[in-house]
Amino acid sequence: MSALADTLDRAEVLICCGSGGVGKTTTAAAIALQAAQHGRRAVVMTIDPARRLADALGVPGALGNDPVRLDAEGAGELWALMLDASTTFDGLVLKYAADDLQAERILANPFYRNVASTLSGTQEFMAAERLHALHHDPRFDLVVVDTPPSRNALDFLAAPSTLTRFLDHPLFKVLMLPARRGFRVLNLATQPILRSIGKAVGGEVLADAIAFFQAFQGMETGFRSRADEVNSLVRDAGVTRFVLVASPRADAVAEAAFFASRLSDYHVRVSALVVNRSTPSFGDPPDTVPRAAAGRASYDNLVRLNTMAGHERDNIRKALGRLADAATWVPLLAHDVHDMASLEAIRFHLFEATG
Amino acid sequence: MPPKRVHPLQFLSSTRLVVVAGKGGVGKTTVTAVLARAAFRAGMRVLAVDLDGKPTLADLLPDQPSESISAKAALAEYLETHGLHRVAKRLATSGVIDVVANAAPGIDDIVVLGKLKQLERSEDFDVILVDGPAAGHAITLLLAPASLQAAVRGGPIRTQAEEVADMLADHQRCQACLVTLPEATPIAEALETAAALRDRVGVRLGPMVVNAVDLGTKLDEQAGGGGSAMARAAVFTNARRAMHAAQARALDESWGGTHLTVPLVDGATLDAAEVDRLAAAIVGGR
Repeated sequence: MSALADTLDRAEVLICCGSGGVGKTTTAAAIALQAAQHGRRAVVMTIDPARRLADALGVPGALGNDPVRLDAEGAGELWALMLDASTTFDGLVLKYAADDLQAERILANPFYRNVASTLSGTQEFMAAERLHALHHDPRFDLVVVDTPPSRNALDFLAAPSTLTRFLDHPLFKVLMLPARRGFRVLNLATQPILRSIGKAVGGEVLADAIAFFQAFQGMETGFRSRADEVNSLVRDAGVTRFVLVASPRADAVAEAAFFASRLSDYHVRVSALVVNRSTPSFGDPPDTVPRAAAGRASYDNLVRLNTMAGHERDNIRKALGRLADAATWVPLLAHDVHDMASLEAIRFHLFEATG
Repeated sequence: MPPKRVHPLQFLSSTRLVVVAGKGGVGKTTVTAVLARAAFRAGMRVLAVDLDGKPTLADLLPDQPSESISAKAALAEYLETHGLHRVAKRLATSGVIDVVANAAPGIDDIVVLGKLKQLERSEDFDVILVDGPAAGHAITLLLAPASLQAAVRGGPIRTQAEEVADMLADHQRCQACLVTLPEATPIAEALETAAALRDRVGVRLGPMVVNAVDLGTKLDEQAGGGGSAMARAAVFTNARRAMHAAQARALDESWGGTHLTVPLVDGATLDAAEVDRLAAAIVGGR
């Protein structure tokens, strides 16, 4: 059994990670398809997939924030959703707010709207949050997810602790001091540090920020324990497994090595490696070189492909060491992946092809 | 309709700041390096800028000027010059800098653009090539001046946003350049990004760069007998080449602007020598 098949068997949560453009979304979808074909109730969460992938999954139009059941053959079920970070954040606010008024005050706050849509790490934290919710959803026994396409794709792992670190910060505590409406805002604005921040970014945006933190009051305990739960789920190797997706292309190997070193900084153990879009092998060239020009060109082409395939194996081995030994190689297909048939072809190469 | 190709040096001489953008994995860094190398070989004063803090771009251009700008460092520098110098470091390490960065939408983006504008204004370079962020973030980055002007009514950030907006609107100062691959999905996404950049940001778009194109001709699929390794390899390569050619045609039909082709790299790794070779190829040929 391949490392990938073994990983899928053991995982309740499977995270496909890797740098941008290596085919994480397609790989995640093909893995979920395999699980569904083998009787599992799998849900795949994608983040900003190409519309064509949504089409490939058989979803007319686009995927939404709620899981939809897809038309897949097999004993199990295949569901898919596309994360909407800001709707998910709103859901958390509604859940932890003491009453409707508090929720409303927060949701209408301009600073909150900005945080919910653009705060670096928000999308990552919401992806982790959503993953936690899906894991506890009785409809599913497997959650497959691709990591968000952020500048630092591993913010995903850091996000829950970034949030708690922020909640623990002295400045945040100052902002959270019991408020006597209006009065407190004036007081805060006279604090030297806030005065300087206000000078740099403008007074009204700072006032919005302060209003947000005061409205947030009482919710931080809920948020903190939620962040802790999410963090321990992602870190629980008995439940959550990581699959590293890499491209062997000359200009992408450095990225893969950089990414793998970042993973070990986070103490993440990668259970399987998928090398996508590799040059396929067709066998050795004949002993005699064809004399005719046309035959010669085809001979050179085969030699060129074999040389490229050899370089790719060396590149991956050099960049990823031990992981490369148990890698699953998916060849570059002759055509683009944009329908269910090509997704099935990827699934076949991930789980059934040999060599 | 004949393909509307443009000579790379003609494009590189037409503006001072080029923001190279495109989806992850399409080869933005490669293309940035190749364009910067082409300009360097032509004797232009060129600066290559990376926004990720990864050493790749500098490694690909070992003997010509390059610089790295990170949003975090640029924001810290901005805060320091605006009266927050004593707390800037503490803010940066505690995560509270995120509060400042998000108090106004896109403030970290605007300080990065501000740095680029400063380089563009310095007149030390004929052209500055920026290895931009992935497509979605490139739009957010370039939209920052407009959204900040809507949110902030006064102060230094507003002034900065206005100055950057002026630069983005002037095609003799700044253009965006999209990179894509000769495959259906990347091209469809590049066209969507192009439309967003044109309609929402208003920045002039330079040529669409199609990267990693296999430019070879059709191979004999019967070589060595049908089903032989040679024949099957030829069938595969022909299918890829036909797809690349078809996608290039499709791009010409739906893309109103010009385009540039960067050939596929066969080498083991992409290194400085390969970048130099590609730069010579795009300037010399097509």
